[in-house]
Amino acid sequence: MGRGGLAITTLASPSLGSDTLAVEVTGITKRFPGVVANKDITFSVRRGTVHALVGENGAGKSTLMKILYGVQRQDEGTIAINGAQVDLHSPADAISSGIGMVFQHFMLADNLTVLENVVLGAERLHGISGGARREIRRISAEFGLDVDPDDLVANLGVGDRQRVEILKVLYRGAKILILDEPTAVLVPQEVDELFDNLRELKADGLTVIFISHKLDEVLSVADDITVIRRGTTVASVDPKTVNARQLAELMVGSQLPTPETSESTVTDRVVLSLRDITLAGSEGRNLLTDIDLDIHAGEIVGIAGVEGNGQAELVEVIMGMREPSAGIVKLEGTDISAWEVREIREAGVGYIPEDRHRHGLLLDAPLWENRILGHQTERPNVRGQLIDAKSAKADTERIVREYDVRTPSIHVTAGSLSGGNQQKLIVGREMSHNPKVLIAAHPTRGVDVGAQASIWDLIRKARHEGLGVLLISADLEELIGLSDTIRVILRGRLTGTFDPDTVTSQDLGSAMTGADGSHDVGAHDAPSDAPQDLR
Amino acid sequence: MTNANLRRALLSVAAPLLALLVAVALTSLVLLALGDPVRDVWITMLSKPKPRQLTNIVNGAIVLYLSAIAVAVGFKMNLFNIGVDGQYRVGSFAAALFAGQAWLPGILNVIVAIIVSMAAGGLWASLAAYLKVKRGVSEVISTIMLNAIATGLVSWLLLKVAVQEAGSNAISTKVIPESSQLAGWKLIPGESNRVFSLLALAVLVGALYWFILGKTRFGFDLRATGSSETAAVASGVKVKRMVMTAMIASGALAGLVGMPLLFGQDYSYGTTFQAGLGFAGIGIALLGRNHPIGIAFAALLWSFLDTQANALQIRAGVAPELVYIIQGIILFAVVIAYEGTRRLDVRLEQQRVARELAALRAARVTEGAAA
Repeated sequence: MGRGGLAITTLASPSLGSDTLAVEVTGITKRFPGVVANKDITFSVRRGTVHALVGENGAGKSTLMKILYGVQRQDEGTIAINGAQVDLHSPADAISSGIGMVFQHFMLADNLTVLENVVLGAERLHGISGGARREIRRISAEFGLDVDPDDLVANLGVGDRQRVEILKVLYRGAKILILDEPTAVLVPQEVDELFDNLRELKADGLTVIFISHKLDEVLSVADDITVIRRGTTVASVDPKTVNARQLAELMVGSQLPTPETSESTVTDRVVLSLRDITLAGSEGRNLLTDIDLDIHAGEIVGIAGVEGNGQAELVEVIMGMREPSAGIVKLEGTDISAWEVREIREAGVGYIPEDRHRHGLLLDAPLWENRILGHQTERPNVRGQLIDAKSAKADTERIVREYDVRTPSIHVTAGSLSGGNQQKLIVGREMSHNPKVLIAAHPTRGVDVGAQASIWDLIRKARHEGLGVLLISADLEELIGLSDTIRVILRGRLTGTFDPDTVTSQDLGSAMTGADGSHDVGAHDAPSDAPQDLR
Repeated sequence: MTNANLRRALLSVAAPLLALLVAVALTSLVLLALGDPVRDVWITMLSKPKPRQLTNIVNGAIVLYLSAIAVAVGFKMNLFNIGVDGQYRVGSFAAALFAGQAWLPGILNVIVAIIVSMAAGGLWASLAAYLKVKRGVSEVISTIMLNAIATGLVSWLLLKVAVQEAGSNAISTKVIPESSQLAGWKLIPGESNRVFSLLALAVLVGALYWFILGKTRFGFDLRATGSSETAAVASGVKVKRMVMTAMIASGALAGLVGMPLLFGQDYSYGTTFQAGLGFAGIGIALLGRNHPIGIAFAALLWSFLDTQANALQIRAGVAPELVYIIQGIILFAVVIAYEGTRRLDVRLEQQRVARELAALRAARVTEGAAA
C-alpha cells in the first residue's frame, strides 16, 4: 500500500477557533448489525467554504450524511454546529439547526409549480402565495439561482430541478447545505453552472458539504477535502496540493485501476444488428426513433446519454421485454424482433440489467437459485422440466470461485451480499451460457472500486473472446475507457458516433445535451431536427 | 449452512408458538373483562378430545387443508385469491349435480366428478384472472365480488334442479348413488365414525404442491414471479400467462375443497353444505406459511379449536363463537410474529455474512504477512 510523497495533513484539524467552524464532527461511530458503517469519523468544516467528502461507494458517506441530517443516530461521537453541540433526532432537528440536505434523487412533484413545491411542508414560513413568491425571487436573485416560482416543474430540466431543490433548502433557512452526489445526474456543462451557484452560496457566508466520488469536480470546487475509506476518515487534504490520482489512491488505499481496453479485437462479423427500430410511447411521442446499430463480434459499443433518453427502452427492445413499433433486431442474421425474452436469452444474449435489485436478482432467494434465474431452461440448472438443484449448486460454487464473489456460502440470500459481489454473480451467471452478445447496462453502478475493476476485466475478457458488447453507462470515463465505438443517444435517437481514442468528456457532454448543434456525426440518416419532438 | 438452517427452523417454530401464547393471553383478558370464567374456558378448550371428536378434527382439517393449499398457490405468486369460497361452492355444486346423475359407475363417478369440480372452480377463477391480466382489475376486488355472485348463482341454480327431502325444508341436489359414496377409513380406534377417504386426496395434493413448486421449472418461475415480478420478466417468465395459470390452478384446487364433504358426509349439495371454508383457508395458509407441512399443522389446529369450542356453551357457559376471537387473534399475532422473525432472520444473515467475510479477510492478511 505504498503511496509515495503525498501532501496529506493528518486528521488533527487545522487549529482554528471554533467560532469559524460551521460543523465539527468528532468520533462518530455507527454500527449496523454485523457491520460498522462509520468508525471514529472526525472532521471540521469551516464556515463559508465548500467542504468535500470523498470516498468510494460503500465507504460510509451516506450513513454519515444521514446522521448529520438526523435520519439516523450515531452510536458514539458528537456533532457541533457553530460551536454548540447538537443532538439530532430527526430531520426537523437538523433543519432547525440550519442544516439542509439536497438529495441525489430529486423530491419534486412534477405536476406542481416551483412555488408550490417549495412551500410544500413549509407553508408557515411565508404563506403560500405572494409572500412566498417574493421570498423565492429574493433567494433566487441573491444566489444567482435563476428560478422562476411560477414555472411548472414538469417543464424543467435536470439542472433547473436541482436549483429548485437547493432553493427549497435555503427557503427553510439552511445555512449549511449538504449536497449528496449532486453532479451524478448532470452533464459537464450543468456541473459548471452548479459550481458557480456553490461559489455564490459560499460568498454569502453559507457552508456547503459536497459529497462526491468524482475527483476532478471535487478538486475544482472544494476548499477542503476529507477522504473517507472503509467507514472512517483517513485524511484531510488541501485541494491545491493533491491531484486526482493521489486523491483516488487515498480513497481506495491502493493503486487505482483504469478502464482501458488494449488493442482492438473488433471483427467484421455483425452479431447484433438493429434496423430502423422505433418504439412509440404514450401521448404520441416516440421513445425510440429509427435506431440503427451494429455490434460486431469482439466489439464494445458504448451508448452515452443523459439518463431517460431511451437507453432503458433500447435495452428492453433488444431483450424482448418490449415489442418495437417498427424495425427489426437481428442476432447473427436471424430476425429476433418477435421473440420472447426467454428465447432471446436462450439464443445467447447475456443481460446485465441496469437495476440489479429489480431486474437481476431475487433478493430473498439463495445465491444458487439466483444462478438459475434467467436461465431456467438451460443446463446445468434444469434437466427436462425439473430443477437440477445439485448441478446448479455445483455450478454456483464454480461461479463464486471463478468470478471472485465474496460470500461465506452459496446458501445465503442474494440480498445479504454487497452490491459489487451481487454484480459479479450476475456477470458470472450471464457469462456461463456462452453468450454471443452481452447487454451491460450500468454494470459498475453502485459497485466499489475493487469490484469495478474486476467487472471491467470481465467485460474486456468477454470482448476478447469474441462477444459483441453493448455497454450503457452514465460514467463517461468508463465509456471512453472500454468502448471501441461510442454512440450518443438523445431523445430516443442515436445522434452521434465518436471514436473513444479522440473524444473528450466535454464533446460527449455537448452531444448528450444536443448543445453541439450537429446531431449527426455518424453516417446514418437521423435528421437533426430532433429537438422538436421532445416533451 | 447447517447453523443457518437450524436458526431458520427454530425461528419458524418459535413464531407460531409465540402467536398462540399471545392469543391465549389476549383472549383471557377479553374473558376477564367480560367476567367470564377464564379457567373453565381453557380447561374445555384444551381438554383431551374424545375419539369421536378426534375423527371430526381430522375430517375438518382435511377440508381446511385443501382450502389453504388453494390459497397458498396464489400467495406464492403474490396473488390474493379471496375467491376460494366462491370457487369451491361452484365446484361442489357442479360435482354434486354431475355425480347425482349416476352416469358413471362407482369410483369412476367420483373421479370424474372431482375433475368436474376442479374445472368449474378453475373456470370461476379464470374470470378474475382474465380481468386482472386484460383489464388490470385487482384480484382482491374481483374475487370478493365473484364470491357474492357465486353464492347467488348456486342458490338460484339449486332451486331449479333441487329435490326436496321428505319431511324437511332443506333442498339439495339429487343424492349420489350409494356405489359412489365413500365409506371412509377407521383410523381412530374406539369410535364408529370414520375419517374421510379423501384424506388420500389431501395428502396427494400436499405432495404435488411441494413437488411442483419446489422442484420443477414451472414452480421456479411461479415463485420467482411472486418474489419479484420485474426480475421474473427479465428472466423470461411470461408474467401474464403465469397469473392466468396460477389463478386457475388456485381455483381448480379450490374445487377440491368440497369433495371430502360431498363423497364422505353429505352425498349431495344442499342448503346445509358447509360454508366459509374459503375464508378459513386464507388464515390457515398464512399460519402455515404456505408450506405443505406447516399448513397441515395449521389446519389441524384450526379444526381442533373449532371442535373443542362446541362444548364451551355447556361446560363453561360461554358462547362457542369465542373461538373466532381466538382464531382472529392468532392470525393477527402470527402475521406480526412472522414479519418480526423475517426481519430478524435477514438481520442475522447479514451479520453472519459480514462476520464471515471479515474473518476471511483477516485470515488472508495474516497469510500475506506470513508469506
